[in-house]
Amino acid sequence: MIRVDGLTKDYGTRRAIENLTFEARQGEVVGFLGPNGAGKTTTMRILTGYMPPTYGSAKVAGFDIVSESLEVRRRVGYLPETAPLYADMTVYEYLKFMADLRHLPNAEDMIDDALEMVGMEERAEGYVGALSKGMRQRIGLAQALLHKPEVLILDEPTIGLDPAQVVEVRKIIREIGKERTVLLSTHILSEAQALCDRVLIINKGHIVVEDSPENLQARLVGAERSILRVKGDADELAPKIAEIEGVQNVKAQPDGSVEFQFAPGMDVRPQVARAVIKAGYDLLELRPVGMSLEEIFLELTRDNTKEK
Amino acid sequence: MRNIWTIARREYRHYFISPIAYIVALAVLLIVGIYFVIVLYYVSNQALMYGATAPDISIVIGPMATIFLFATPALTMRLLADEQRMGTLELMLTAPIRDGELVIGKWLGAFLFTLTIIAITLVYPIVLNKLTSPGIDQGIMIASYIAIILLVALYLALGTAMSSFFSNQFAAFFATLAVLLIFWWLISLPTYIIPSGVFHDLFVYLDLNGRFGSMTRGVIALSDVVYPISLTVLGLLLSTVAVEMRRWR
Repeated sequence: MIRVDGLTKDYGTRRAIENLTFEARQGEVVGFLGPNGAGKTTTMRILTGYMPPTYGSAKVAGFDIVSESLEVRRRVGYLPETAPLYADMTVYEYLKFMADLRHLPNAEDMIDDALEMVGMEERAEGYVGALSKGMRQRIGLAQALLHKPEVLILDEPTIGLDPAQVVEVRKIIREIGKERTVLLSTHILSEAQALCDRVLIINKGHIVVEDSPENLQARLVGAERSILRVKGDADELAPKIAEIEGVQNVKAQPDGSVEFQFAPGMDVRPQVARAVIKAGYDLLELRPVGMSLEEIFLELTRDNTKEK
Repeated sequence: MRNIWTIARREYRHYFISPIAYIVALAVLLIVGIYFVIVLYYVSNQALMYGATAPDISIVIGPMATIFLFATPALTMRLLADEQRMGTLELMLTAPIRDGELVIGKWLGAFLFTLTIIAITLVYPIVLNKLTSPGIDQGIMIASYIAIILLVALYLALGTAMSSFFSNQFAAFFATLAVLLIFWWLISLPTYIIPSGVFHDLFVYLDLNGRFGSMTRGVIALSDVVYPISLTVLGLLLSTVAVEMRRWR
C-alpha cells in the first residue's frame, strides 16, 4: 500500500506539488489524473525513491521512502514515463540484468512469466533498440512486473500502444490490481474510468478531487441530462418541454435536438415523451447522457485556474 | 558486491559492441606497436654500429602512459552521461542498488576493459625478452605494469566523476582530459618556480609523472601506491556525490 502525507516538492523556486495527501490500499487501482505538468511524474518519482520530497513523508509497502529507500525500491515495480531501456541489449539480456539487480532466485522463470504477461515471448532474443514504441512500452511494463512487486507504479502505462494492446495492458493492470496496489497516471479519462477504483484529479500540484469514477460523475453533475430528438422544429418545441414540471435547463441544440436536465431520481422522460406527441411531433430519440469525465475534468481544472 | 559485479559485467560487455571502444583499443595497440617496432629497428641499427645497450620495457610502458591519457576519457565519457541522456538513470536510481554500487560498477567495467587492452600489450615484453640477451629485467617489468595499472585506475575514476557531472559525452571527455593533463603534467610545473619548502614538496608529491617515472625504474615507494589509489577513491566518491546530488536537484 501507499500512504502519502503532506508531500511537497520544489524545483528551485517552482513548486511542483504541494501538500499532497492520499492513500492507495492493497487490492486497489488508483488513478492519477491531470494535465501535463500537473505533478504526476514528480509524485511518482518521489514514491519510487528517485528523488526525495522537499517536505512531507510517504510510506510505500510499509517503508519510509526516504530513510528506507532501498526497502521501498525492492518492493516497487516502476514504469517511468519514457520507459527507458538499454538499446544495446536484447530483451532477454535487459530483463536478466534487471532481475540480477533484484537478486531474483529463479530469474529465468520470472522473465518468462513477465514476457508472457505482456505478450512479448517471441521477441525475447530481439534487440531492444529495434523495437517499436509500443513494444518498448510493454518491455518496460515487463520490467516493472518482473519481481511480482507489492506495489506497482506506472507512469502513463498505455501511451504509445495500439488499441488492441491498450485493451491487453488494461487487462493485466486490472488483474494485478486485484491483489496488489497499483498507482497509475494518465491523462486519458476513459482509461481512469475503465481501470481505476479511485481517481485523484491533480492540477498544478494540488489534488482537486478524490473519488470513485462513478461517484465523481454523480457528484459533479448534480442532475441527469437527456437528449431529445424529434422530427420537426426543435426551437419551437423547446419552450413546450420547459413547461413540464421538474425539467430544467432546456436548450435547443444546433443539430436539431433538444437537451434538458432534471433532478436525479425524478425521471420526467415519460411526461416529456407524452408532451412531444401531444404537440404533434414525431419522437425519434430520447436518451440519457452522463457528463463524461472529460467534462468534469475540464470543469474542475477551469475552476481552479479561476481561483488563482 | 553482487550489484557492483552485475553492473560491471554489463559495462564490460557493452564495450565489445561499442565502436568507440574498438577504436580506442585499436589506437592504443597500434601506437604502442608502431613505437615498439621503430625503436627496436633504430636501436638494433645503433647497436650494429656503436654497440648500444638493449632497449628495456620502458619503450612499451612510456607510450602507453601517454596514449591512455587520451584513451581513458573516451572509455569513461559515456558511463554516466549516457544514462542521463537516455533516461536510464531513472531506472538505475529506482532499482534497489546504492548510488555507490552503480558508480563503482561502472568504473569496474571500464577498468576491466582497460586491463584487457593492457593484457594484450604483454606480447611486447615477451617479444623483447626473446630479442635481447640476457632478456628483460622481470622486476622492472612487473613494477612498470603495476604502475600503468594504478595509473589507468585513477584515470578511469576521474573520468567516471566527469561523466557523472555532465549529460553530454563530449563535455565529459574534454573535462576528463583537462583534469588528467593537470595531474600528469601541469602540476609539476610550480616546482620550477618554488625551489624548496613545503609547497615544493607538495607539488613533487602530487606529480603523477614523477611517481610513474620512479616506479617504472623499479622503485616502488608506499606513497607511490597510496597516492594513485587515493585519487581513484576520490574520483569514485565524487561521482557518487554527483549522482546523489541529481536526486536533490
